[in-house]
Formats: sequence, C-alpha cells, structure tokens
Amino acid sequence: MLTQTEVALDELRHLVSDRALSGDTVLLNMGPQHPSTHGVLRLLLELDGETVINCIPDIGYLHTGIEKNMEAKTYLKAEVMTDRMDYLNTVGNNLVYCMAIEKLAELDVPPRALGVRVILTELQRIASHLVWLGTHALDLAAMSVFLYCFREREMILDILEMCSGQRMMTTYIRPGGLWRDTPVEFEDAVRQFLHIFPPRIDQYEALLTKNPIFMDRTKKIGVISGEEAVKWGLTGPSLRGSGVAYDLRKTSPYMGYEQYEFDIPIETSGDVYARYQVRMEEMRQSVRIVQQALDKLPFGPVRSENRKYVPPPRSELSTSMEAVIHHFKLWTEGFPLPEGAVYVPVESPRGELGCYLESNGGPKPHRVHFRTPSFVHLQALPLLSKGHLVADLVAIIGSVDIVLGDADR
Amino acid sequence: MDEKPDQDARVQGQRSDEDHRLKARDAIGDILHRLERFGVEVRLFREEISVLVAPLQLQDVARTLRDEFKFDFLSSLTASDYWPQLEPRFHVVYQLYSHPYNIRLCLRVPVNDSDPVVPTVETVWPVANWHEREVFDMFGIRFEGHSDLRRILMPHDWEGYPLRKDYPLGYEEPQFTFNFEDIQIRKHRPTYEEA
Repeated sequence: MLTQTEVALDELRHLVSDRALSGDTVLLNMGPQHPSTHGVLRLLLELDGETVINCIPDIGYLHTGIEKNMEAKTYLKAEVMTDRMDYLNTVGNNLVYCMAIEKLAELDVPPRALGVRVILTELQRIASHLVWLGTHALDLAAMSVFLYCFREREMILDILEMCSGQRMMTTYIRPGGLWRDTPVEFEDAVRQFLHIFPPRIDQYEALLTKNPIFMDRTKKIGVISGEEAVKWGLTGPSLRGSGVAYDLRKTSPYMGYEQYEFDIPIETSGDVYARYQVRMEEMRQSVRIVQQALDKLPFGPVRSENRKYVPPPRSELSTSMEAVIHHFKLWTEGFPLPEGAVYVPVESPRGELGCYLESNGGPKPHRVHFRTPSFVHLQALPLLSKGHLVADLVAIIGSVDIVLGDADR
Repeated sequence: MDEKPDQDARVQGQRSDEDHRLKARDAIGDILHRLERFGVEVRLFREEISVLVAPLQLQDVARTLRDEFKFDFLSSLTASDYWPQLEPRFHVVYQLYSHPYNIRLCLRVPVNDSDPVVPTVETVWPVANWHEREVFDMFGIRFEGHSDLRRILMPHDWEGYPLRKDYPLGYEEPQFTFNFEDIQIRKHRPTYEEA
C-alpha cells in the first residue's frame, strides 16, 4: 500500500529522467510560495548541480472554479468574475467577455463606447507591462525599476478609479457599451499621463537596456524559434520576440483598431532580452494609440439603445412604463441570448485572450471558457528552461509574463 | 540601425496581409471541399465556421488541416456538456487558426456518455497537451494516446469532474417559475442524488 505522497510522486515518474531515480540528479521543489514565481506556481525541478535538466510546472493552486461559477449566474452577474481571472488585465477580461456576448446577441456598441474601451484597454496594457517590467527587473536584482514602474502604474489605476470607482476590479465595460460615461476630468487625466509617460519609458530603458548585468542575464537565455513558438501556442510579446508578427489588433481588428496608426514591434532573437524589447516598444505604441483614440473620441451615448440587453437610464424610469418593465426584467431574470456558440479572441497584454461562450437560449451561459495566455505560456516553460541555470529560470519565468490567476481561473 | 529591419518586416507584413485576405476566401472553399470526403457537417454561425467531426476521424482531419491548409496554431481546446442528453453528451471544441491565411476554424467532436474517449491531437499540435489535461480534469473525457494524462487544476486525488452539468456547484439553486422545470428535471434523476 502506497502512501499519499508516494502516489503523488509515482504519477511524475515518467516525467523525470532515469538519473533522478538513481539519485544522480536532484529533484527540487520551487514554489508555490516563492517570490520569483510571480504567484502560486510550483515547479518541480530536476537539477544536475545548478543546471535545469527538466522542469515540471504544477498549477491549480489558484483555481477558483470561475468557469463553473459563471454557469450559475446570469450573464451580467457573471461578468464580475472575469475581473478576478487576470488581475492585471481586468479591463481586457471584461472586454473579451462583453464582446462574446455582443457577438452572440448581435448587439451594437456606440462609437464613443468603443473609443473609451480602446483608451482603457491600452492604458491597462501599459499598467500590466509596468507590473511585468518592475517584477521582472526585481527578479534580476534591479530594485529601483520596480518603484518607478509602480509610480506610473498608480496614475493609470487612478484613471480607472475615476471612471469606474474601482482601481482594479472595474467591471466598467458592459455588454452593449460602458457602465456610464467617463467623468469630466477623464480627458485631462489621460492627457497628463500621455504627457508624463513617454519620457519615463526612456528612464526605465536607461536603467536596463544597456545595463551590462541585465544584458548578461537576459541575452541568449530561454531562446525559442518562431516555428517552435507557434507550435507551442505562444502569443503576444512572447511570440513577437521570436519574429512572428501576430497581433490580433492587426490581423483581425476589433473595436475599431483599424482606424488607429500603430506598429507591431518585432524582434527576431527569441530570447528574454527580445521579449523585453518588444514589451518596451509596445508601451510606446500603446501611448500612440491612446493619443489617437483620445483625439478622435466622439461625443454621444455610451450604451446601446437595445433595451432587451441594456438597462434603460435611471432618468427614464419615472416617466416610461416600458423602461420600468425592461429594468425589472433585466435585474431579476437577466437577458436570454440566442442559442449558439462563439469564440472571440482579443490581444491581451500577455497574448491571445479568447472567450468561448455557448448559450442554450437561457439567461445564464451554458458554457464559458477562457483561453488564457498564461496557461499556454506556462506549458512552454520546460522547453524554454532546459539546460539553463536556476537563476536563469527566474529570468525566463519573468519574461513569459504569467499571471497565475489567469492560468488557473 | 536596429529599427530598419523592423520596418521592412512590417511593410512586408502589411502587404502579405492583403494577399492573404484574398487567398483566405479561396482557401475556405478549398478546405470545406477537401473535408467533404470525411463526411463532416459544416455549420456557419455569426461568421464562424464550425465543422462537426466524428472522433475516429479527428486525427486525420487535424493532420490534413495542419499540413495542407497551414492551420499551425491550436488556439483553444475545450468541451461542453449537454447533460441530461447522453448521446452525444459532450462536444470537444477545437479552435484553429492559420497564421499564413489568417483564418479561423472550429472543430466540434461529439462524445458519448458511455465511453468518453477522443483521440489526442497532441501529436499534431503539441500545445494540446495541457488543454487536453484540463478537459480530462474538468469533464472526465479521456484522450487516447496522450503522453501525460493527469489532473492539472484540481488536486490529483480529487473525485468527480467539476464542469460536468451533473456536478453540483456547492449549494442548491433556488427554484423560481422561470427555472422550475429545469430544476425539476434534475431533482428526479438518481445520478444527481449520488453526485
């Protein structure tokens, strides 16, 4: 009779080399509580001295059953759960879920709402990259970058709070538009950020880009070719660092991205340094997009007029019987969606974030699945880290930019 | 110096994008024509093409799509449970993307309740490894030929498959008029009581 621990180890027997069984190599547990695994990720490392022979990621420590819970809630109530998945990209998660609903319901979104969505998702992309840059540099012993990054991130969180009342879990994007219009000080705040931020990117780069220690620790580490990267499902900056120009904002533009001028940064070396360069350039491109979106931002309604899906404004409730009925129906039963299934991908800061939404004609989703980039990128970790030192493994984990809430859902 | 190759790649990227958009329209026709011999059923919903494939033919269809139509990227793999319907009880859903053609395609594989087995596509797209583990973990669908079929999100000694529809969420759902029948059906099924 095997004990529980032995059973747990027995399952992994085929994943380690024979040398581990003879005791020639060492099995070392890294995480789940480890500062450089960026959350509760556990890695089982097979080490020969300090060289990683094999790395077996073990995830699920942050599994909260979001997909199951969403099936028991109406479409609107389920939206708050999407915020909690990838907590660095909350606006993007709302966006992909709302876009799936809008596609299924064939719901129109007014142009002003689209513009605000673009501004907020791009700001969120910058905020997410700032957290990534700070923690990645911190892992590589560049302490001060972290403090600078969080200073600028705070400005973005303030803008989100201004709009939605929440710094992180915004739920500001709703099916058919936005929760409400942006406050009057929104434009000034964004313009101020756009004014301050670009020189700050140069400051971060001054600390890292030509820093010999940083370059030593990132160049030629965790190299993956473009072909391999596609095969292993990498997307986002991790794929573009390997020379594949795949960005959903360009290849299948959504939310009016086709009207903005921006470039997709590409690097070809496919190592940690390349992924760093791509993300730094992406922040500059995001600034460009926000600038254009803000200049073009039209006035008008921010919510669809389709009352079967979008609640009427408060002011109508005292004068219109229909508005009261719609309000009542929407807040008690929710809205039913037509039967069918859709898959909507968007470009999140980490890569392709997809939402598979299936409806059986009722007021609750029949099945929601999120194709999350962190989950897929973690799978490629063994491939990236084989043959590198444990210290490099830390750089590699940082470079694929994982959020465990995103991976485990 | 550094920026120049970037820009070239970008310009090339944009030019080839247009070419591929033209090519993509022809390619979809080709693909559907080519898949006819597998006897698949094609559905179009909200501009998404989904193809219903029998489990036995999945690997052949997957290889054909990857090798002949450059569907080199398995974007998502998941499943959906139609309980209390038992035949087919599940659909395993594959979202494919072709980088060169810039088209998406959805494969749906029906699976029966009595023997929930699907051949693995790990050999075609390595990325399927963890996705299939997740589907196994959540739905109990086994993937034949998978190299490492273990639970991934739930603890290794977990019992039951959480995303199945007959797996309770943890509390009883209030019964109103709008969901009365829905819940009534579930109440009388012994499997629900056991679960």
